Amino acid sequence: MNIFVLVKQVPDTETKIRVNASSSGIEAKEIAKWIVNPYDEHAIEEALKTKEKLKEGTVTAIAVGPDRVVEALRTALAMGCDNAIHIKADESIDTYVAAKALAAACKKESPQLIFAGKQAIDDDQAATFGYVAEYLDIPSVSVVVKVDVATDKKSLRAVREVEGGTHTVETSLPALIAVNQGINNPRYASLPGIMKAKKKEIKAHTLADLGLGSETALTKDSAFALPPPRKACVILQGEVPAQVKELVKRLREEAKVI
Amino acid sequence: MADVILIGEVNDGKLRRVTHEILGELVRQGVDPIVVIPGNGLAPSLAEELGKHGASKVVYLEHDGLKQYSTEGYANALHGYLGSKQISAIVTGATAQGKDFLPRLAAKLGVGMAGDCTELKASGGSFTVRRPVYAGKCSKAVEFVKGPAVFSIRPNVLQMETGKAKMASVEKAAANPGTIRAKIVEVHASGGKKVELTEADNIISGGRPLKEKFNILFECAETIGAAVGASRAACDEGFAAADMQVGQTGKTVSPKLYIACGISGAIQHLAGMRTAKVIVAVNKSADAPIFGVADYGLVADLFEVVPLLTQEFKALKS
Ligand SMILES: Cc1cc2nc3c(=O)[nH]c(=O)nc-3n(C[C@H](O)[C@H](O)[C@H](O)COP(=O)(O)OP(=O)(O)OC[C@H]3O[C@@H](n4cnc5c(N)ncnc54)[C@H](O)[C@@H]3O)c2cc1C
Repeated sequence: MNIFVLVKQVPDTETKIRVNASSSGIEAKEIAKWIVNPYDEHAIEEALKTKEKLKEGTVTAIAVGPDRVVEALRTALAMGCDNAIHIKADESIDTYVAAKALAAACKKESPQLIFAGKQAIDDDQAATFGYVAEYLDIPSVSVVVKVDVATDKKSLRAVREVEGGTHTVETSLPALIAVNQGINNPRYASLPGIMKAKKKEIKAHTLADLGLGSETALTKDSAFALPPPRKACVILQGEVPAQVKELVKRLREEAKVI
Repeated sequence: MADVILIGEVNDGKLRRVTHEILGELVRQGVDPIVVIPGNGLAPSLAEELGKHGASKVVYLEHDGLKQYSTEGYANALHGYLGSKQISAIVTGATAQGKDFLPRLAAKLGVGMAGDCTELKASGGSFTVRRPVYAGKCSKAVEFVKGPAVFSIRPNVLQMETGKAKMASVEKAAANPGTIRAKIVEVHASGGKKVELTEADNIISGGRPLKEKFNILFECAETIGAAVGASRAACDEGFAAADMQVGQTGKTVSPKLYIACGISGAIQHLAGMRTAKVIVAVNKSADAPIFGVADYGLVADLFEVVPLLTQEFKALKS
């Protein structure tokens, strides 16, 4: 089975978030490290596990963005992906352009199954999966915590999380599955894996050679701002029972939340 | 003038609160949206309820194929119905359902979108929204280069009161859900009358030190109708279910009250709960970073605090 994984590179979760001078984004200098979006690590793991279960197939990781994203693709290869594709694009793209590009590059290789993370932890938009599936005209299931591919490899069952429970969804293939973190425990890249990944060739596309040279972002970001600082914490004093009594009193009378 | 479309969501025969919250905000800003509800055999009471919250026009977009939610059915039917109309904005709740079909609908319309917004501003038929990014460590304004503006609104953020009850007119429109390849074959409720984390007014969360004793949090939560959340450490170690995780790689919540018990306050946890109105921290260590975002702090053993708190809450009720 030809399996693809959509991978995004994001700033490390420990990054100190500051707003840049023009409020047009976060302070790039603070990004000490870039990582594979954590949800995408689960997507990679699920792709690899699916291949292992089927005992055949290839897993291709695909990412769009500036040259730095090659590093994320190397991580995907080191985890066990067979191939990687880099679509070169600058930082100005939005969800729409990124999804158009991913879909166009996927279309060339007709994957049967595409995995993605349910959202990227930088933009938190949780929309790329839907755009990509739509532009490929394939079904999608999001926030998935379990996947079972049928033995005939023509359909699958996916369990998705919804408020207060789950839905089991059955879909024909090809399909796109956007996974949540409960689905598996991503493997670490092995040392031989890392060595091998360094030598692998990464296929490159540009937006122009995907026929998307004239696409531009359809949303415009501005006025980045930090949340207003919270008031200083009131540390309650006295013996524990007195602290608890005081807390409940303040929650009722001062904060008026209960 | 171009219409503003609010896509309503029905759960268990009732509208989700977030539909009323968005409606309330639109009405307060002088926008009279058309509330479109996909489904089948929708009850008249839904429109009555929307009227009470300030809606004047409701459309029941009905088809047998929309009785049950499906990504494709909803996206196709809404696109079919809205595609040829003059529309300035399409908005829905950032729920499991809204987050699922909205990107596909936006893609069909060939427009950009903004997901999980916490503010919206309507001015002269155009919309600007603000949405948290980097798990709420920061937020940004989003403008739409090309209309309609398509966006979803996070539940529990906007107020639903408008004080402007109306009689809503109901129009029934025939829908075409098209070919549905991904279908729900099983619905599983996670048991009991558990309060949903993202919709809860009150949340009590536990961290790693709770171990196998999350039951003390559930007992306490029950007294005030709170939902129970957890840190990732507690989930990873199997003390709490994965769907209870609050934080950057868990749920983002903004309750009125968030009580963190034995949670250190790692940056990834804070990301998921820092917008709570009131935060209470219970932690043995006065240096724990959670006190940095808390309104009230108890430097104490949670195993002593929680049972006392349960008692106090119980006493409040009687
Ligand atoms: C990519 C990534 C994503 C992550 N996403 C999330 C996320 O979504 N959500 C999340 O929560 N974490 C997340 N984390 C993990 C996060 O960094 C922390 O490791 C985690 O939140 C710690 O959980 P904790 O506070 O329960 O445990 P600990 O760090 O072990 O803290 C326990 C706290 O309890 C206090 N304590 C101990 N005993 C008692 C007692 N008897 N009474 C009172 N207080 C006591 C201690 O003083 C301490 O402050 C993520 C990490 C990474 C790298």
